[in-house]
Amino acid sequence: MEQLIHQLLGGLATGAIYACLALSVVVIYQAIDHFNFAQGEMAMFSTFFAWQLIQWGLPYWVAFFATLAVSFVIGVLIERLVFAPLRHAPVLSHIIVFIGLFSIFNSLAGFIWEFTIKVFPSPFPTEPLFGNHYIGMHETGMMAVTLVMLSLIYVFFKYTRVGLAMRAAAANPQSARLVGISVVWMLALGWGLASAIGAVAGMMIAPIVFLDPNMMLGILLYGFAGAVVGGLTSPGGAVVGGFLVGVLENLAGLVIGSELKLTFALVIIVGVLLFRPSGLFGRRVVERV
Amino acid sequence: MAKPLAVDKPIPPNPVDLLTVAGILLPTWRVAWSSVGLLASVAVAFVLDDFGLFQLTSGFIYAIAILGLMLLTGFNGQFSLGHSAFYAVGAYTAAIMMDQWQVAYYWTLVPAGTVCLVVGFLFGLPALRLGGLYLALATFALAVATPQILKYDLFEHWTGGVQGLDLDKPVSPIAALSDDQWIYLFALVVLCFMVVVARNLVRGRSGRAMIAIRDNPLAAQAMGIDTSTYKAWTFGVSGLFTGVAGALSAIVIQFVAPDSFTFTLAISFLVGLVVGGLVSIPGAIFGGMFVLYVPNLTEDFEGLAWTAYGIVLIVAVYVMPMGAAGLVKAMTAKLIKR
Repeated sequence: MEQLIHQLLGGLATGAIYACLALSVVVIYQAIDHFNFAQGEMAMFSTFFAWQLIQWGLPYWVAFFATLAVSFVIGVLIERLVFAPLRHAPVLSHIIVFIGLFSIFNSLAGFIWEFTIKVFPSPFPTEPLFGNHYIGMHETGMMAVTLVMLSLIYVFFKYTRVGLAMRAAAANPQSARLVGISVVWMLALGWGLASAIGAVAGMMIAPIVFLDPNMMLGILLYGFAGAVVGGLTSPGGAVVGGFLVGVLENLAGLVIGSELKLTFALVIIVGVLLFRPSGLFGRRVVERV
Repeated sequence: MAKPLAVDKPIPPNPVDLLTVAGILLPTWRVAWSSVGLLASVAVAFVLDDFGLFQLTSGFIYAIAILGLMLLTGFNGQFSLGHSAFYAVGAYTAAIMMDQWQVAYYWTLVPAGTVCLVVGFLFGLPALRLGGLYLALATFALAVATPQILKYDLFEHWTGGVQGLDLDKPVSPIAALSDDQWIYLFALVVLCFMVVVARNLVRGRSGRAMIAIRDNPLAAQAMGIDTSTYKAWTFGVSGLFTGVAGALSAIVIQFVAPDSFTFTLAISFLVGLVVGGLVSIPGAIFGGMFVLYVPNLTEDFEGLAWTAYGIVLIVAVYVMPMGAAGLVKAMTAKLIKR
């Protein structure tokens, strides 16, 4: 029992990582109807940027918010410069560009900051909450950050004019255009938002997995798994999915050993896509012929 | 497209037609280029040093793998970011046969291809239900998971686990040829064979069905094409090509290890495919050479090879959506117009 509780809480802690990334995957999926395969690498690049700022002597929270701002701008720029001309290109072109961005960010980070593993600081105190020995303070903090981020996104999409405009632009671009919403800028905003959320995810994850250019590949896969489980159309679902995948992964680790972690993610993704493509909380999207 | 003929103007006789009338058959450009290329490739075996030959051989192997991806993505419109997995299955099938059962290297290609055909077909069946982007996601997961599966304890007895397998170098049966020359020519023969198979496949009935499914699945189905069977088989055949390439790579490098079959390998195939041209068989060969030589050119700037790849990918999507082959076609069309 003791061990089970331990595994469950440990699962929630890793789940928080996946939930963070799943959230950014879903935000961009909402905006552009695509998975961003470069999401993980963009988050990694942002995290390296934050690390550099901290190395230069900036306080953690200054670096944190500066990184958010820069990531947002980079996200917007990528949309405006790279994707805007390809709006009507076939899906394959988009996937190719995602993969191109993936390689560029990965190797640039390696080129600038080298492939050695770096320690990234945690903003939270080291002693665990309430003196429990199941779950560290950083993990607790990370869950809190994820939940706060989720509620901010919820409020943003539900109660602000810009959020409403973004939803409209995603749901029906033509009509949105007719009522005076600048659809192209809404897309760019979506990219910026997803990029900033990814940066938060990266900065939260880095103290646990350590910082190196290849840190994100496996985590991104789990982020996708979380997003797919929760439903690609639902940010809340993505967070729940992320936690769920984290817990399931830990429990599966008890049974089959932790060596096949990524295979487990593969099975989850293919399984969910086959049997319930809309995920747990997603809407079923009907395509018009 | 036939242009309406001007009635009053006599059509000037085409010199080529005159030759044909005189009983002299001119080879088409395609045949001419292929023969020149083939002769040059054979001649190169006696010019280059061993390392140069080894590199060219690797380029041929990439070309075969890219050909496999081309059948799937270019001709059938299904995406795969996971072809490194089929490459790995092919390489490991060949390596295990040579290592465990002492099978001669030239017998391993057919079983490796067959295993990949089956694996590809089985993966293609559930993939039928996944539309473009989801298929990319599923195959992405496959590529990321592959090295871990290869390292798994239960299979370690066959796969050699993290260490991988060391193989013997094939020996040239002809005294006049060095081992490297022999392997090079062997790979060249396999490449030619695969190119001919691919060409006949896409020009025949099956190829037309594949293309029809890519262009309009609903219309294709309405015309009586069994889309699901075709799509699953295309996945299988694509796996076969890539598996043969993998087996060949195991023979040439004489070593297989899990970390040679990462997601980056799958990206390389994609780069080669996009650069060469999505639907051009000669483009696949160009793509293979590109993937081979570009990292060498940029090796002075350590790590920047992948930046170069990324930029090339993005630029290719903008300026040459049909790849180098498309670019060449457009240029020659322009020149001929003049």
